[in-house]
Amino acid sequence: MIEPRTPRAVGALSVLAVVFLTVPMAALALRVDWGRLPDLVTDADVLAAIWTSLVASLAAVALACVLGLPLAWTLARRSFPGRDLVRAVAVLPMVLPPVVAGVALLLAFGRRGVLGGPLYDLAGISLPFSLMAVVLAEAFVAMPFVVVTVEAGVRSITRGYEDAAATLGASRWTVLRRVTIPLVAPSIAAGAALAWARALGEFGATITFAGALPGRTQTMPVAVYRLLETDPEAAYLLSAVLLALSVVVLVAMRGRFLAAPSEQGRR
Amino acid sequence: MRVLLAVLLCSTTISCSAGEKALVVSAASSLTEAFEALSTRFEEEHPGTHVVLNTAGSQRLATQILEGAPVDVFASASTAQMDRVADAGLLFDVRRIVALNDLVIVVERDNPEGIGSLADLAREELILALAAPEVPAGAYAREALDRAGVEVQPASLEQDVRAVLGKVRLGEADAGVVYRSDVLAAGDEVMAVEIPPEHNVRASYPIARLRDAENREAAEAFVDFATSNLGRAVMQTMGFTVP
Repeated sequence: MIEPRTPRAVGALSVLAVVFLTVPMAALALRVDWGRLPDLVTDADVLAAIWTSLVASLAAVALACVLGLPLAWTLARRSFPGRDLVRAVAVLPMVLPPVVAGVALLLAFGRRGVLGGPLYDLAGISLPFSLMAVVLAEAFVAMPFVVVTVEAGVRSITRGYEDAAATLGASRWTVLRRVTIPLVAPSIAAGAALAWARALGEFGATITFAGALPGRTQTMPVAVYRLLETDPEAAYLLSAVLLALSVVVLVAMRGRFLAAPSEQGRR
Repeated sequence: MRVLLAVLLCSTTISCSAGEKALVVSAASSLTEAFEALSTRFEEEHPGTHVVLNTAGSQRLATQILEGAPVDVFASASTAQMDRVADAGLLFDVRRIVALNDLVIVVERDNPEGIGSLADLAREELILALAAPEVPAGAYAREALDRAGVEVQPASLEQDVRAVLGKVRLGEADAGVVYRSDVLAAGDEVMAVEIPPEHNVRASYPIARLRDAENREAAEAFVDFATSNLGRAVMQTMGFTVP
């Protein structure tokens, strides 16, 4: 029920927004030939793509957290010259076109790259076309989600709890472990969930930096892209499966990450 | 508000210059430079027509047409992809062959890995880039490898032949299988290793006007032009052979 004083346009535009978002998803769900599902999930290439996607995206989120959580903490709690610049750099992969990210990764970690070149010449390690490359590409684009969400979470903690723990004799490590982390855990979960979703859907950077070899570096989005040419019905079906998976994840999160940390307790 | 709407409408149409009509040509990625040259000549001969060139892997272009993209002319790198469009009844009239092409192995300048034949592509430590099987160049490459009896393990399957060329140019792949014309387009950065005629595959590029073309006259004129003596001469300078 719209409050009496809200302009009617707001309500109308809200309805339009929902229509805009749901029609494509509904079209996908309705258009699909669900009868072919058993065939699809037993196809070797499709299974390989699902497996590659899962392994790479989870590894990418782990990497994004290992590097992103300390960074989020530093940005939230410590003041240093150039902090705004560091924050901008941390958020940059989020706004960078994915293909551009892929090109940048190639120039950095490719066989002729700034870091990749020496790595190849000295150790014979070539990153492009490997699963590691998929993980790196996905972590690169997903890390901003961890940093942004967790920095906001850390900033919103009432310092009083930590101070109280310290005055009661807790060491820095204990304060972190028993007070801070439990308070910021919802933000970490939210950041990780968003990062995972972004990593799972990554396409442009992956296909540029890691290539697309079925069984090794072909992820689900790439598989869908290729299936559009060879077997459109299968592409629609795989897309619908991915959509259903996303819905399941979101429902499981039950909007927890969408609420501000202070509201977590009420859900 | 009205100004914003006008600007938006203007920017979503293909050409806004007064009186110019757009001709949308979807061409296989290996035709990029050749068709750019053809388009320039065509626009000179037909003032008032602006050619919009859309290049990608032929399989992608065919899919776009099947999904309803507003294309006037389609030039594919294989009959298979043109057949996909023809089978859906979207071709107008008969197709013609605008060019022919051969495959070559592409390697970095100076051929550091010392590749001399298709058999060398089977070497284990070699990083090989091929086009995916649904891309004409990928299908041809596989055919050539079959004829030579060579089994390979590509490091990546690309979406169009220019992406294969790109990987070799960047130094990320040691070798790839592309068209002769592609090596010409890449200049000094790469070199071609010949494939003997008994293993090589001749690619033929059909071109046709589409049934639902919006700019019919220009579309037919373009197909005529591309297959004329002048058009053929342009294709030849770009590294293609002509029927």
